[in-house]
Amino acid sequence: MNAIKIEALTKKYRDVTAVDGLSLCIEEGELFSLLGVNGAGKTTTIKMLSCLTKPTEGDAYLCGKSICREGTEVKKLIAVSPQETAVAPGLNVRENLELICGAHGFSKEKQNTKIKELTELLGLDSVSRKKAGKLSGGWQRRLSIAMALISEPKILFLDEPTLGLDVLARSDLWDIIRSLKGKVTIILTTHYMEEAEELSDRIAIMKDGKLLVCDTAEGIKAQAGTDSFEEAFIRIVKGAAK
Amino acid sequence: MRMLTLAKRNTKEILRDPLNLAFGLGFPLVLILLLSAIQANIPVELFEIERLAPGVSVFGLSFMTLFSATLISKDRGSSLLQRLYTTPLTPTDFILGYTLPIIPISVAQCIICYIAAIILGLDITVNILYATLFIIPVSVLYIALGLLCGSVLNDKQVGGICGALLTNLSAWVSGIWFDLELVGGVFKRIAYALPFVHAVELERAALSGNFGDILLHLLWVLGYAAVILVLAVLLFLRQMKRQ
Repeated sequence: MNAIKIEALTKKYRDVTAVDGLSLCIEEGELFSLLGVNGAGKTTTIKMLSCLTKPTEGDAYLCGKSICREGTEVKKLIAVSPQETAVAPGLNVRENLELICGAHGFSKEKQNTKIKELTELLGLDSVSRKKAGKLSGGWQRRLSIAMALISEPKILFLDEPTLGLDVLARSDLWDIIRSLKGKVTIILTTHYMEEAEELSDRIAIMKDGKLLVCDTAEGIKAQAGTDSFEEAFIRIVKGAAK
Repeated sequence: MRMLTLAKRNTKEILRDPLNLAFGLGFPLVLILLLSAIQANIPVELFEIERLAPGVSVFGLSFMTLFSATLISKDRGSSLLQRLYTTPLTPTDFILGYTLPIIPISVAQCIICYIAAIILGLDITVNILYATLFIIPVSVLYIALGLLCGSVLNDKQVGGICGALLTNLSAWVSGIWFDLELVGGVFKRIAYALPFVHAVELERAALSGNFGDILLHLLWVLGYAAVILVLAVLLFLRQMKRQ
């Protein structure tokens, strides 16, 4: 079953076309990566799918709900972990999670259950009383993902989740993302080739707002005629420029 | 209830910042003590505690503008607002969530100013209660200015515009630190066309029990507060749409 169905989605800012006629389907429980260089249209695509910006043309359906006509319903199904960590720096870890529970109108009982579950899942117990603003980048990312997961989304958008993290913090976060596979549909945007290859069921490569290819990492390598995913990415993106 | 969650969070963010406490509560207290000390040595009518305390309690509100604007601009910059926009919180929840928590903080600041003034010789009368109540519409004016600035400026610009320009503007044209009659002319006319001097005169009238003078100044304050609040809400909604 399709979790997301995108139909000719287009976003124009005056004379710039950020996303140009994007069409694709993402299966329920799939971990789908959007890959591309800067300005490829990855973040704009996520912003449209999460109802933060309206498409100029086209539409997308999340669990059958239109992003153009049923924004409120779509918001109940999704969660976003933005590029920036997007945490409240003066609140501690637990209070940040309580903020999101409150924004979703959870009862006290449900709030406590969800916070316990997510602090365990993301290993946040040891820092639950620390102010978010004092945490390292890796811990802030974990908190950011916990804040996104707390509303029990059917679809989770992770926008550059490992940007600026060291190797160990990135590896820890990969483990967390792997543990979510199959439980929730994940749309991941990233600059890192190895991240997309390692984690994704399928990968879409975008350039200048257009979809160049959408396949498994193996399929993309086969299409480009190379064993290296990075090389395949370069060939496809450069090939599109010629 | 959802709005209260955001309001609670905003209260914590403001009160947990030691700089906010130092400037919001400490600075007005220092001003009252310092100017009262000057008044004790060189008596100046303007710095008599009955006139000084209402002025300082209004001037202290310019820090509320700074707190409100800084909080919103930082939330925009860190994408926390973007995250919250994907939750069921409504535009009304956001506006009230950023506005309401600063009103009790403003009232608390005003009460602390008047307690300091009582220690320095201000007579305890029921008028102090009225003056404290009339700080509420004035605080809405200053909070709306913060909402407006926070919706259009980044946190560095907020520091410059609200932290420096607005605090200076509200100091110069409010008649707190010097008598506007002494300057007169265009400066005085500009000052009286702005809400700051009316806010101070409103507080002074309430504290002195000149209730006949209150209405005119209150209308000026409420008029400006309404216009700025509407503008602030429109600009906040515009940046919300842009996100």
